This record gives sequence, structure tokens and C-alpha cells, in this order.
Amino acid sequence: MSATTTLEGAEILDERNAAPSEAHGSSEVDSVETSGGPPDVPRVPPVARRRPRRVRALTLDDWLALGGSVLASFALLYVGYLHLLDFSGFVGFVVCWYFVFIAVYATVVSIANPRHIVVERLVAATLYLVAALVIFALASTVVYTFVEGWPAFHHLNFFTHDMAGVATTAPLTQGGILHAIVGTLIMVGIAVVVAVPLGIGTAVYMTEVRGPGSHLIRTVVEAMTALSDILAGLFVYALLVVGFGLGKTGLAAAIAIAVTMLPLVARASEVALRIVPGSLRQASEALGATHWKTTWKVVLPSARAGLVTAAILAIARGIGETAVVLVTTGATSFFNANPVSEPMTSLPLFIYTAYQTHQPVALTRAFGAASVLLAMVLLLFVVARWIVRDKTGRERSRLLIVQRLFVRDVGGVDDTEADQ
Amino acid sequence: MGPEARSDAARLEAVEVSAWFGDTQVLDDVSLSVPPASVTALIGPSGCGKSTFLRILNRMHESVLGAKLAGEVLLDGEDIYAPGHRLTDVRRQIGMVFQKPNPFPAMSIADNVAAGLALTSTKVSKSDRAELVESNLIRAGLWDEVKDRLSRPGAALSGGQQQRLCIARALAVQPKVLLMDEPCSALDPTSTRRIEDTIGELQSQVTIVIVTHNMQQAARVSEQAAFFLAEQGTPGAIVESGPTDDIFNNPRDPRTADYVHGRFG
Amino acid sequence: MTIDLIPPVGSGHVAVPRKLTSVRERSDRIFHGTAGAIGMVVLAITAGIGLYLGYQAIPTLRHYGLSFFTQTQWLPELDKIGIAAVLVGTAEVALVAMVVSFPLALCLALFVSDYAPKWTKSWFVSAVDLMAAVPSIVYGLWGFFLLQPHAILVARWLSQYLGWIPIFKVGTDPNAAIWQQSRYTSSVFIAGLAVAMMTIPLATAVMRAVFDQAPIGEREAAMALGGTRFGVARTVVLPFGKGGIIGGTMLALGRALGETAAVLIIISPEYIIKPRILEAGTQTVSALIAGNFGNATKSQLTALLAAGFVLFVITLGVNSAAAVIIRRSRSGLATEA
Repeated sequence: MSATTTLEGAEILDERNAAPSEAHGSSEVDSVETSGGPPDVPRVPPVARRRPRRVRALTLDDWLALGGSVLASFALLYVGYLHLLDFSGFVGFVVCWYFVFIAVYATVVSIANPRHIVVERLVAATLYLVAALVIFALASTVVYTFVEGWPAFHHLNFFTHDMAGVATTAPLTQGGILHAIVGTLIMVGIAVVVAVPLGIGTAVYMTEVRGPGSHLIRTVVEAMTALSDILAGLFVYALLVVGFGLGKTGLAAAIAIAVTMLPLVARASEVALRIVPGSLRQASEALGATHWKTTWKVVLPSARAGLVTAAILAIARGIGETAVVLVTTGATSFFNANPVSEPMTSLPLFIYTAYQTHQPVALTRAFGAASVLLAMVLLLFVVARWIVRDKTGRERSRLLIVQRLFVRDVGGVDDTEADQ
Repeated sequence: MGPEARSDAARLEAVEVSAWFGDTQVLDDVSLSVPPASVTALIGPSGCGKSTFLRILNRMHESVLGAKLAGEVLLDGEDIYAPGHRLTDVRRQIGMVFQKPNPFPAMSIADNVAAGLALTSTKVSKSDRAELVESNLIRAGLWDEVKDRLSRPGAALSGGQQQRLCIARALAVQPKVLLMDEPCSALDPTSTRRIEDTIGELQSQVTIVIVTHNMQQAARVSEQAAFFLAEQGTPGAIVESGPTDDIFNNPRDPRTADYVHGRFG
Repeated sequence: MTIDLIPPVGSGHVAVPRKLTSVRERSDRIFHGTAGAIGMVVLAITAGIGLYLGYQAIPTLRHYGLSFFTQTQWLPELDKIGIAAVLVGTAEVALVAMVVSFPLALCLALFVSDYAPKWTKSWFVSAVDLMAAVPSIVYGLWGFFLLQPHAILVARWLSQYLGWIPIFKVGTDPNAAIWQQSRYTSSVFIAGLAVAMMTIPLATAVMRAVFDQAPIGEREAAMALGGTRFGVARTVVLPFGKGGIIGGTMLALGRALGETAAVLIIISPEYIIKPRILEAGTQTVSALIAGNFGNATKSQLTALLAAGFVLFVITLGVNSAAAVIIRRSRSGLATEA
């Protein structure tokens, strides 16, 4: 039973709706041999006598009602808000405007429309506004971060120096976040090297080998995706840093990041592998291939895009980890490319420590670092989406992965698209 | 006590209707006149656009992404695609029963029948509602079987019963036309016969257009038939239409004769 | 001439299935072994965390006994530690986040699945996923510097007009001409709003995925009856998606309980049980751990581990319940095999 998964639900709607209306173009008319037209004359598709027409769901009246209500409610509120009531603040205005708008719109629409249409219009208006609100919140986050961090970008030293010997109050012409950038790259790099093979290996075990305990592993992994990141960090800190006395190093942070990434990679890879049609595996085994060969040469390559996407999105997650790094490695202002000795800082940790100083210059640096962080995440996101965009057939499976990882734990909701 | 014979049955007319999915044209200049209070069958091999045409008749076609259409569909003389007509009103007036029965599983049988009322905010008092449920279940030929378990979930019925429930549900909003898209193809012969009987009984109250693969069924239930055909690579069109007797016993077009005599399709 | 290929009926011959054995190739044995080993390692790591935390929590719990859960102060020097206030704070922040994000996520999910113009749908889905990908520390900064100045105005309004409700009370006079802004900052309310930015995309993604799977046949039936988009949603999509709605909300709750970075930036630690969410000062378990591990002695570390273990158990419970609900529901049945 195929299920609508993500955005291409629209296209899937298309397929499904095309199904009842029969496959177009592939008619089963094979009667051409009987009396009728000569079979070899190529048929030119006729041109329809009429052109396609515009079909609208909303009438002019609907648009006027909407526009009029918006303006009227605004005017009404403008008079009432400032002068009649003693509220203040932009937020309050917007909130009140929403309620006044709903009241006005409901009144206007109910003049000429039955109740279910009025309800529909109000719901539609509300949903559109909610969507706008959330998008606005997201946009404000991104834009604000870049705007506040912009002053730091004017100085090349921001990217090429570290903060060694630079006071937190020093102007932006001194110091930089090179150590944080490098630290992030090293830590996440190590984490990826550790977590991705383990995660994919686990997924292979769960879906291909399906040995004893795979159900248990799946349950446990699923539960661990819920783990708060600080707990992973605390675990590594207590066990490795203090317990085994390894000290606060970049490696400890990398391991902790790997621990948080692991369940996500395992889960997403499992989905990617599960989508590979069973018929592929059966065809390979029918040819006499061993299980290993089948997996390595048939299944994994088929799922390659999905697996790569899983890895990329896990990286995006790992990059943003703050608490983990905070706990396992000390913040430092020194450039340190050696993960096994000495503390190492990362971008999120740098942001946090800079924030703690509450110095305006440090805050600008913090925002600058946050901008770099956001840019990295955005870049990874674009890359993931770009990979996903290729080859329509596998699009669905990869979109699932995108979904899966970004939604840190999607419990049992598995929009599995196992094509039969 | 039988149901009131409501005769809202309306005349439906398609004028030069063409349809596209994206850039692929699937219907070409289809014109058909459906007289009121009659049963019209749309026959033809699969893939000819019969279902697409049916869905154009109640404005379901446009819900598909990339779907386009040309031409007019006149309900009692008025084009249902004209800007002044509200989409939901059109669909209420021209009802549809689908190939696969789809009662709402979260609702009881009675609620299923009355679902259309709730959806179109038609206000009914409690007693009227009960009467409406009963009369429509009678019209659909299901009342006797379910009258003792109206509060049971709608999905807990056999396939044939579910389909009749869907018919009752569609009738409850008092449509002028009822479109049926291969309503019996997923059902066993007994249920099929029950539904065909129902169609016969409803005929005077509501105009019916039925798409069917089953030629014998078309011959049994309909007075008028239209034969659709889509030759290789061309969009579907009506080859011939007219009284059912003529189509089956005296077809004008040789392709109709071939199809009707089972030589293809 | 008859050929006796099959024992005639009634001859007493009984069919018995034969044992099938096969010898695995060497490469496959290695493959299975390796994969199994990897699986076991992952199992060990993931389960190990929980077990380790629990194991470490034992000394603390044994030492403090039940008072660990009733003591509100966190004063390791005085040997007075308890997570009562911290748990309450965690719950409050999570609750505020859920109260804000549940309606928004539900509306957004319904919007994306049913109302958004079809060509924009993929963009909205990506936007929601992007929202989930933004690091929490960025939301922390945003919450503290951009949102807070506006949010405290809302907080003031709430305490002004709804202050008779205990949770909205703030210990200062909101009606004063120069009102004390600092009493409204760094509160549960502000932190909850920032956490909401992270829970909204999570809940939305789950709900929307479930809404998209509502059976097309039922949708069309509702449309063909003359239903509006909301009518279809009310009749088909929402009943179908009940499991996803609840499950998605609970998953988001699990995330909200464990959120660290944003909370750490916004709140100012205070260790009392306080129902007043608009007032400055609170503490959550994760912020407690993050803030105190640095100068923690060995015993204090185990205390933090104990607190972490409690958080772990709670989050685990919430997420497992969510998974069960999703799987059991009608929408769940259509998904995971």
C-alpha cells in the first residue's frame, strides 16, 4: 500500500488520481486489424476545438471580502488600540488585529455564504497566518543572526586568527574564530568517521542480516534518539574524561557527538535500506550471489543516495551541538588542531563562552560565529536537497531521510514507501 | 412506507469537453447530453478517459495537480465551471460513488449517511436527521440489513453493504445527478445485482451516469449509452452514443460493433 | 499401463517436511559476524549510557534517599541537593513550549498538507526541516536578544490583566509608570518560547507526514459530498491523523524536556518551586548539569549524573509512549511494517 510521503504527495496525488481515470496514452486497443482505418497511417493527435480554461476556486467576491476585511480591521484597530485602550507594543497590536480581523471577516463572509463556507474561510485565513508567522519567526532568526554578525565579517582576521592573547573586549580588528572553525571541523569529522559506519552497519544488520536481537537493537536505538544531548556529553565526560582520565580533549567531544549522531544515522539508514525493493535482493540471490555480495553490490548502491543524505544531515546536527562540547572539552582561545591533547573549542562553544562575557564586542563575535554556523548548516541543507533532487524515482526515499534526521526522532512514524 | 420520490433529477450536458494532465491530452471534444431521470452508461476499454470524463462532470478533475480542461458542463442549462458557481455547491448537486467503497471508518453507519449534511452545514433537527438516515438507507437498499445497528462503525460491513452505504450517503445531500464510477467492479455478483436493482429504483428520482466495464451491466441498467475509445496515442473520445439498444444491437460504427461483440477490450 | 509415481491415497504414507540445511559461504559468515558485532557494539553504547547513568545514580540516591526528589536547593557545599525545583522548572519550560507549539504545529501541519498551493508544498516542507536544523544555541541567542524585549511586553500585559491567575503573577507592580523590566526577563516564559522554536518543526513534521497519508479514497468521498477543505480535514484527515497528532506532540515534549543550549542562555538559575512562569528565574535539569559540571567534585558529579538519569528516564518514557501511540494508531498501521 503506497503512502504519500512528503512534498511529492502532490505528485503522488497525481498518480493516484490518474489511476482511476486510467493510464493515459496507453490504450489497450489492439483491434486495428479488423475493419477500420488502415493500421499503418500514423495518427496525428487532433487539436481540441477549445483551449483549456481557467478554473478558479475563489471568486472576485471572495477576494474583495478578504481584502476589505483586512483593511477595515486595521483601520478599526488603529483607532481603537492607541486611543481608546491603553495597550502598547507591536506584538499586542498584531494579536488584537488578528481577532478584529476574524470578527470582521466572519461578518462579511456570512452575508452571502452559508455557514460551512464561513468556517472554511476563517480556518483558511488562520492557517495562512500561522504559516506566515512561523516562517517569519524562522526568517527573523536567520536574518537577525546574519545582521548582528555582519560587522565581524568586515575583518579578514575574523576567519584567520584565533583568540589567543586577545582580550574579550578587544576590537574586531583583533582576534578571530579560526580555532573554533577548525575545532568544529575536526570534531565533527572524527564523529562522522565513527558514527556513520557504525550507524550504517547497524542498519545493515537490522534490515539485511536480521539476526537475533535486531528487534531489540531497533527498539533501543529508537529510544536513544530521544536522548538529551547533554546526557551523552555527561556520559562521555564521566566515563572517559574523568573516569579514564583522558582529560578534556577534542577527541572526547568528538566521541560524544558521535554518540548523539549514532541513533539518528542508524535510524535514517534503516529507512533508506528498507526502501530498496525486495525484488532487487531476490534477483541478485537468484543469480547465485552471496548475501554479502548482494548487500555490497546491489542494496547499498541502490540506497547510496539515501545513505549519503543521512550522513550529511547527521553532520548538520553534529555541527550545532553545544551542550555536548561544553561538557567534554573546555573552551579555549588557542588554536588547537590536535584532538588528543588539550582542549579544543567549537563554534557553538565559542558562541556560548563569548555570550557569557556580555561584552558588546564579544557578542558581535558570537553572532559572527553563529552566522558561520548557520551558513554551514544552510550549505549542508542545500547539498542534501540537491542530492535529493536528482533522479525522480529515488526522490521519495531521500526526502524521507531528510525528514527523518531533521525530525530528531520520529518514533514509529515511518512513511515507508516500500514499492511492491 | 416508502421513500418520497424526489424528482430533483436534472439534465446534464457536456459541451466539447477536452481534458489534459499536464501536457498530455486525455479527452478530445467530448459532447454528451444526459436526459433527466435516466440512466446513462459510459462504456469502453480501460484507459479511454471514461473516469476522467466522469470526474469532470462534478468538478473533481481539477483537484489533481496539473489537470486542465476545456469546454462546458451544463447542469439544467448552467455551466458548472462558471465563476459564479461555488465548487462545493456543484459537488453537492452532482454526487459521486467511487469504485472502491469508502465509508468514513471513524463514524457510525448513521453518521456516515448524515456526513454530507454536516459537511455542507445543512441544519436538521434530531428527528429529521433520523428520518433522513432511514429514508436514504431505504433508497439505497440497505435499511433492512442495518436498521438494528446504526451506531456500529461504517467500516464494519461487507463490501457490497459498504458500497450501498456510500450510495445512501451520496443520496442524503439530495443531488440532482449521481455519478457512479464502476461501482460494482470490486463487488461480488450478489451485491452487484442488489446495486443494479437500486439503480433501477433511483432512476426516477435522480439522473444517473454510470461508468462500467461490464457490458452486460450496461445493457441491464441503462437506457442510454456512450462508447469511449482512445486509439493508440490519441486522447479519448466518444465514438458513438445513443439508446442502449441501438448501441448493442445496431451500432453504427464498426469499432462499436467490435467492442460490443467482445472482439477487443 | 499405470505408472505408480504417487503413492495411492490411503496407502498410509504421510508427508513429512524435510529438514533443509545450507552451508553459508565464508564471506557471508564474515559479513554476518561483522554486522552482528557492529549491532552489538551500537547496542552496548546506546544501552550503556542509560545503564551507566543509572549505575552512577545509585550512590547519590542511596545517600540522599527520597529527599533528592523533595529538596529544592542545589547547594553541594552544604550537602543539600535535590532536584525538586529543577524538575518543576523543566516541566514548566516544557509545558510553556508545548502550549505554544501544539496549536501552531497543528495548524502548520494542516496548512502544509491541505492548504498550501501544491507547487509551494515542497518549499514549506523544507522550511520546516530547516527550522529543525538550526542549532539550538542560535535560537538561544535569538530568544535572548531579539525576542525577549518584545516578549516581556507581552508578559507585562499578562501580569497586568491576568495577574489574578497565580501563574501569571509577577512580584512587582506592572502598572507602575516605570516598571521593572528585569523582573520579567530570563523567565520560564521566554525560555519556553525559544524551546517552542525547536518543538514546532518536530511536531509539524510528524503530523504533516501523517496527514499526507490520509486515504485518498475517503478524501475524495468527502470532497464529492460537497465538503470544503476544512470539511475534508475535519471528517477524514484529522480523525485519521489522531495518532500522529498525539505522537508528534509527545515527541516534541520529549525534546523540550531535554533542551539545553537555548535554556542555558536565557534563564537565570533560581532554585525554588515557583508556579509564576512570567517571573525571572528558574532552572532545568539540563541547564543544571551544563552549568555545574565544570566545578563539580567527584560526588557532585555523581549527583549531576543522578539528575541526568532522572531526565533520561522521563524522556525515555515520554518517547516510548509516543512511539507506541503512533504505531498503534490507524496512521501508524499504515506506516511502519
